[in-house]
Amino acid sequence: MAKIVGGITTSHVPAIGRAIAQNLQQDPYWKPFFDGFPPVQKWLDEVKPDVAIVIYNDHGLNFFLDKLPTFAVGAAAQYHNADEGWGIPTLPPFAGDAELSWQLINGLVADEFDITTCQEMLVDHAFSLPMKLLWPEQDRCPVRTIPVCINTVQYPLPSAARCYKLGEAIARAVASWPDDLKVVIIGTGGLSHQLDGERAGFINKAFDLQFMDSLTAAPKWATQYSNEELVEQTGTQGVELLMWLTTRGALPGEVVELHRNYHIPISNTAAGLMLFECR
Amino acid sequence: METTKRKLRVTGTAVFDGDLAQKGYALNKMCFSFNDAANRQAFAADEAGYCQRYGLNAEQYAAVRERNVLGLLAAGGNVYYLAKFAGILGLDVQDLGALQTGMSKEAFKQMLLEAGK
Repeated sequence: MAKIVGGITTSHVPAIGRAIAQNLQQDPYWKPFFDGFPPVQKWLDEVKPDVAIVIYNDHGLNFFLDKLPTFAVGAAAQYHNADEGWGIPTLPPFAGDAELSWQLINGLVADEFDITTCQEMLVDHAFSLPMKLLWPEQDRCPVRTIPVCINTVQYPLPSAARCYKLGEAIARAVASWPDDLKVVIIGTGGLSHQLDGERAGFINKAFDLQFMDSLTAAPKWATQYSNEELVEQTGTQGVELLMWLTTRGALPGEVVELHRNYHIPISNTAAGLMLFECR
Repeated sequence: METTKRKLRVTGTAVFDGDLAQKGYALNKMCFSFNDAANRQAFAADEAGYCQRYGLNAEQYAAVRERNVLGLLAAGGNVYYLAKFAGILGLDVQDLGALQTGMSKEAFKQMLLEAGK
């Protein structure tokens, strides 16, 4: 039986790609960010998951406003990263797991999540950079992947409560898969930041820390908020914490926080990292 | 008619809803095309012609021409697509932040540092 072994939540920012390409990990600006990752890398090395289900939001690489799914699930043998227009190096392709993808797709639709399925899907920095942060030494990401993309481009976005339930449905779909697989859930985005408007540069440390605490103490705490309220609290792109909530929703049973890091700023963003283990 | 019942009341913040998505479609479609290096070059070679091919309206074209970030947002631009336009101009998100808040880039970066204290 497939088992969800844990969850990792991390920020994604294009500038991380540039920092990696230029080997700036120990540069004073970047060090507090990159130094958060070795404990998580060590955990991955010990646990050795077979598959990563990666919850992320596309920033206009694979999806445009002509056809914009609320929830999209990859169903490909391989996923390619590609040029996003600002010159960060493109990472090698990521292996998929089409069989488990279809298990997920079948399970989610049976569970009334009418997702979009994608047999071709470009994955942007929100998918590729966290994988590089988690497995920095390997040229190619060593786990098979399933991208799950949540719309945060165009409102209405799915609510925090809905995203949490999507996570729970992902957990049910994985649990009913007969193969012995270790699955890790990776959620990328946030924490508080705002790129656009006169309020650009908005960061809310107090809210971020309360949110991180809530994921262990009261995981559904943030589902009380509408997306508009989350934008008020965390900034226009801080709403990407929906990926964190989805991830947390997908973690079954007793969940223990093993590690966290929080640093302001990288680029315009409050960077968060958390590692949860399912006991 | 407004497509969302509740608009944000936070100063300097807009959610990209159905109204903006319709208004900004041509502008965002052009910026989406900048994922492709050949399109970035075509834009750089002939900005006016490129904007015309994507059917930008006068407000959108003026904001592109003037590199007016708040103007681009008001014309329906979405920041995820506009970031690709900024990439052509060699601007990062802190440059964009400075331009939108009227601060110097150094002051904007200092504001971010202060938020961590």
